[in-house]
Amino acid sequence: MEIIVASTVGILTAGGVYLLLRLRTFPVILGLTLLSYAVNVFLFASGRLAIDQSPILSPYSYGDTTYTDPLPQALVLTAIVISFGMTAVLVMIGLGAYLEAESDRIDLEPEMAESGKDDSA
Amino acid sequence: MMHWIILPVVLPAMLAPLIGFMMRHDMVMARVASATGTAVLLAIAIGLAVMAADGTTQVYRLGDWPAPFGIVLVLDRLSALMVLLTAILAMIVLIHAMATGWDARGRHFHALFQFQLMGICGAFLTGDIFNLFVFFEVLLIASYGLMIHSGGKERMRAGLQYVVMNLAGSTLFLFALGTLYASTGTLNIADLAQRIPEIPAEEAALVRVAAILLMIVFAVKAALFPVQFWLPATYANAPAPVAALFAIMTKVGAYAILRVHTTAFGPGIEGTEGLAGTWLFPAAIVTIAVGAFGVLGARRLMPLIAFSVVGSMGTLLVAVAAFSPNATTAALYYLVHSTFAAACLFLIADLVVTQRAADTLRPVPATVQNGLFAALFFAAAIAMAGMPPLSGFLGKLLVLDALRDPGAMVWAWTAILVGSFLTIVGFGRAGSVLFWKSTATEPPPPDPDEITVEAAPNPVRATPTQVAPTMLALGVLAFLAIFAGPVSAYLEQTSAQLFDRAGYVAAVLDPSEEEG
Repeated sequence: MEIIVASTVGILTAGGVYLLLRLRTFPVILGLTLLSYAVNVFLFASGRLAIDQSPILSPYSYGDTTYTDPLPQALVLTAIVISFGMTAVLVMIGLGAYLEAESDRIDLEPEMAESGKDDSA
Repeated sequence: MMHWIILPVVLPAMLAPLIGFMMRHDMVMARVASATGTAVLLAIAIGLAVMAADGTTQVYRLGDWPAPFGIVLVLDRLSALMVLLTAILAMIVLIHAMATGWDARGRHFHALFQFQLMGICGAFLTGDIFNLFVFFEVLLIASYGLMIHSGGKERMRAGLQYVVMNLAGSTLFLFALGTLYASTGTLNIADLAQRIPEIPAEEAALVRVAAILLMIVFAVKAALFPVQFWLPATYANAPAPVAALFAIMTKVGAYAILRVHTTAFGPGIEGTEGLAGTWLFPAAIVTIAVGAFGVLGARRLMPLIAFSVVGSMGTLLVAVAAFSPNATTAALYYLVHSTFAAACLFLIADLVVTQRAADTLRPVPATVQNGLFAALFFAAAIAMAGMPPLSGFLGKLLVLDALRDPGAMVWAWTAILVGSFLTIVGFGRAGSVLFWKSTATEPPPPDPDEITVEAAPNPVRATPTQVAPTMLALGVLAFLAIFAGPVSAYLEQTSAQLFDRAGYVAAVLDPSEEEG
């Protein structure tokens, strides 16, 4: 169980970082999405892994007080909502930038250098 | 329980959708609502500052849940000061944006502006570190909209870069919070301050990881080397009033470092002792260098100012990195000063750029109201570079005076003094090209490599209302310089309260403070 969760977070993060470094709009958006999946799984694990437990202390489970931590679930929910909204904004801005500049590069240098305004990069 | 504490968050939060949905086609109404809202926010901020001035730490429990379980907003001198700073800056920027018509060059300026204020005020007031993340996102998502306000090719691309940078930062923030929660079981700052000292040093590895991750996240906001590279492109391409408002955004990062790394991972804790300062100090020194060389090398006005902001953040964080009450006092004074100095420079740059139709540092075309602009630019530049008589000089003097620790002194003094010198040279060159050479009777021979800039067909003279906000910002700088004594006495109390970690913990977690 631990090894699956840990390697999932690791692989998702690695993929996310790789795509992020591609510096083109579409891979970067996918990379950020992968990163946010990774962080969501990671946040779940931060409350300790517990399987088949309710997220509340139950008065009916005598002697067995294991429960899954409810707080990370709330945190993950918030993180999902925020990252979903942010991805939508990013897609719109990315589209806008692509339509305006006719280039989907994220970094500013090459074109700025061509137009002689390289200091702002 | 005082409900005033939550008003700086609730008021813009209510106002923004109203402006966005009800007044989207009526610029006059949107302006009136936005200006009224900001004025009321200013009044509330003054009220809160008066409330906090007696030194009690006031706590607002959302939903009246007791502290480590519910989210709390905490008002102490530091948060009150930051909210007040935000409100004054917002007022100045808003007047400028309305007077110059920036707010009408795209849609939803006022709604985004109010959301931005909500996020900034919330970030300053919250006492819960996950809630700090949420407010960061609120202020960021509003800033994305403001950054690309009125569009344009360069601006959209710089905006995209800014968004990607900050989304990556947000992901890192969540990783840090997960690590912190896994190792301590809480995200309330006061509760963290209570629990982290209980963790023995050899078991605190995860806490140290979380502390450093958080510092990187805040460093992204504060434009600290090596994550400062987004700032010049962003500030230089943002609409000038927005860039002026963003002057407070870098301070949000500095505030978060002060608050979290003093209260939660603060000095005297076995597990994380000296961790933040060790990394922050060299990074801040390099940041000063980056800023100074950037100012010297910039060929356009807006990047020049943006790099001077980077330099000022370096100076500020050198003082923060000492994590001592004395240095923090200096840091806070410099923080207040550099916010207004940066905002003032951006506002002047906007007026100058509007008249010259481009912000390249070339003597042609001549500026119309040369004398006025030259005087304003000169005043703001000496404030930013740290020359007397304005508050920049006193701010840097306080910082230098606070850093007398022999190990740090050599580096800090050298960096700040040489950095200031280079900044003076950079500003002096820019000013003389823009305002002095442009009045020369014989225009210099055209440089074939330079891009030629057409003069604006009919240079419009800046009206008194357009110049007023800049004057106001300069007035605040003068106020800071004249009343440096009382101000720094207040800031001394502020930093004493910040370092009184037991008092903060007691105020937030003590159940006896609960009342209707």
